[in-house]
Amino acid sequence: MTNTAAGGARRALTLAGRLWMVPVVVAAWEIAARAAESVYFPPPSAILARLRELWFSGPASRLFLSDAALADFLPSLGRMFGGWALACLGGIALGVAIGRSRTLAGFVDPLVEFGRAIPPPTLIPLFVVLFKADTRMMVATIVYGVIWPVLVNSVDGARYVDRLHIETARVFGLSRTVRLFRVILPAAAPKIFAGLRLSLSLALILMVVAELAGSATSGIGYELLYTQQNFDLPGMWGTIVLLGVLGFLLNSSFLVVERRTLSWHRGAGRTGTTDRSN
Amino acid sequence: MILSRVVRGATGVAVLLAAAEVAGRTGLLDTQIMPLASTVLTEAAGLAVDPEFLRDVSATVEVWAEGLLIAALLAVPLGVLLGSLPRAEIALRPLIEFLRPIPSVALIPLVALIAVTDGALKVTVIVYAACWPVLVNTMYGLHDVDPVAKDTLRAFGFGRLAVLLRVTLPSAAPFVLTGVRLAASVALVVAISAELLAGGEGGIGVYIVRAGSGYRIDLMLAATVWAGVIGLVVNTLLVRAERGLFRWHAARAGVAQ
Amino acid sequence: MLDVVNLTHTYGSGPDAHQALGGIDLSVSEGELVCVVGPSGCGKSTLLRSIAGLVRPTGGEVRINGKPVTTTPDDLAVVFQDYSRSLFPWMTIRDNVALPLRRRGLDRTARRAAAAEALAAVGLESAAAKYPWQLSGGMQQRVAIARALAYRPSLLLMDEPFGSVDAQTREDLEDLVLAVRGHHRMTIVLITHDIDESVYVGDRVVVLTRAPAVVAADLRVDLPAPRDQTGTRELPAFVHLRAEVSRLVRGKPELSMTPSHTSKE
Repeated sequence: MTNTAAGGARRALTLAGRLWMVPVVVAAWEIAARAAESVYFPPPSAILARLRELWFSGPASRLFLSDAALADFLPSLGRMFGGWALACLGGIALGVAIGRSRTLAGFVDPLVEFGRAIPPPTLIPLFVVLFKADTRMMVATIVYGVIWPVLVNSVDGARYVDRLHIETARVFGLSRTVRLFRVILPAAAPKIFAGLRLSLSLALILMVVAELAGSATSGIGYELLYTQQNFDLPGMWGTIVLLGVLGFLLNSSFLVVERRTLSWHRGAGRTGTTDRSN
Repeated sequence: MILSRVVRGATGVAVLLAAAEVAGRTGLLDTQIMPLASTVLTEAAGLAVDPEFLRDVSATVEVWAEGLLIAALLAVPLGVLLGSLPRAEIALRPLIEFLRPIPSVALIPLVALIAVTDGALKVTVIVYAACWPVLVNTMYGLHDVDPVAKDTLRAFGFGRLAVLLRVTLPSAAPFVLTGVRLAASVALVVAISAELLAGGEGGIGVYIVRAGSGYRIDLMLAATVWAGVIGLVVNTLLVRAERGLFRWHAARAGVAQ
Repeated sequence: MLDVVNLTHTYGSGPDAHQALGGIDLSVSEGELVCVVGPSGCGKSTLLRSIAGLVRPTGGEVRINGKPVTTTPDDLAVVFQDYSRSLFPWMTIRDNVALPLRRRGLDRTARRAAAAEALAAVGLESAAAKYPWQLSGGMQQRVAIARALAYRPSLLLMDEPFGSVDAQTREDLEDLVLAVRGHHRMTIVLITHDIDESVYVGDRVVVLTRAPAVVAADLRVDLPAPRDQTGTRELPAFVHLRAEVSRLVRGKPELSMTPSHTSKE
């Protein structure tokens, strides 16, 4: 008991040692903002108060989420995850196919290179014209924007499966399906996961762009525009903070899932997939 | 081998274009909505000599390059500083981890209110977005330095600064360049997003919005083709630079995307 | 049981072409354990990969029970040298051993039972739930052997199976092969660059020349069974045979050979 308590205290201390800068910066910002009295740079306390008022004033049974929070978060997250999931499925399926077939890769390589070079927001006005309906346009933007990291990483992962893995599978006569699901996909998984994680943070960005550009009638991006039009600066800052927290949570929870799924990979001590991008 | 790759790639592109063309001509795709591939390519060729479009392109490239340059000038020294001062890094790491996930495009409406000029708005947002890949990769590169190489130099009596200049920076350089390459494509995305959302005097995004309001889908697609070409050229140049400058590095680490 | 007829194989074409096999003839009868030795880089692995159907030879033929090999044969298993790459790191030991049994049409329970039995045969029943990377190299190679045993092939190919383990483990694994072989009555072709090993384990030792490889000699090993790591290696017959194989492998004196323990295929 005492041991774990001491361990907990030590952990808390380490955490404090790591995080002490955060309160310092927030306090400095608070003081500076109050002194400057600029409308554009409200103090953190005002931002947090506004954030709470906007979205977190609901009952405890709903995790304090207000009605507005449900009305904004659900459509935004729905679009984001919907687009992300579609892009993941498509990207993995296509990527593994391209990675395993040199012929197919030869035919589509230039198309993939070109497709991923187009900055996704470029297509928003086009999607607006093509699909008048809001959600379809937004999901299309997200799918187009986030499919490339998944695709490229899946191609990479599937292409460079250890030759001996493949030969072992052939020698023991594993069927194509078994080979795909038990050998190729797991072998490519570390790369695929790196692509999925990258695309998840991209999905958040594109969700915001799409909502801002598509004049959505609900969603976090809509809230951002609404607060801007009402010159509600604490509200805008609050929304930005919210998006930052959301991005942080998405990335951390994805990392947890990734660590669980790929525990063998870390155990095997292979470091083929250093992902240093944002 | 190389020839067959080129032939295959060209075939893939040709088949796609031909399919789009046939679908348009047979009425499978409504050409009012989806113009013929040949129309788009003709328009794209026309844009290449259209002074108005070229002005827009150079406006985009200008803010993009400016933002990227400022981001690199800020992030590389900061990354080197944090990478070589572990205490400072531990202190600032949580801030970085909190700031990094904020989608840069979410700043556009806020910065639009604050920024004095349209250019300042775009550059600010681009700098914010482009900073992170450069900073994170620079820090990573500094950690990745072979301790044996550092110790070797120290053993010969070199000081900290000499070690930094002779070992640490050269061996971190490829990571920095990888960061710049990633930042370059992020910056282009943000530049065009800012043009779409905040308008401004010119830019590829502004051009596309204008074409869209006139229902000129052919022009929108033609401009998109050029946006892709610019992205491709920038990326290819940076990849080439990485490979050319740091051949020893690719062999050592097999840098991931 | 296994017939290799005038097998040739050339990698690449034009001026870069490398002829690995120069016409190999080899027959192995049911239940035999044949060791193939030769200088490093002589094409031993190419021979094995042709038998396994992993390489399509440019000339000649491989027949198993009279049937020409075109794809990977049904009744054949391979133990590769590089256990860390041939075992799947994302599966437990049990799953690694049980996976190939899908081809045998066994259900999940039967597969697990067969895997447990094979693991017991190599003395690893307690490691079933672990992952390959949690085991030492020698234990991982035991798992690879168990996987081959569970599959119950009539022909087992082993490609430098003990090339990546330490000397003590190597001896243990050699005895393991001899033991399981007695139990399962398999035909085994074992490729090695270790002359001692070939004489110790084999019923026959087939010596290949340098690339393009042909059979330089085919020697019967007349050593009493059961073999014993110390006793057998002391026998004059063993010493004599080893010297003979060694001379054959080294071939002409001007051809220097790298030390066998450090070479890689």
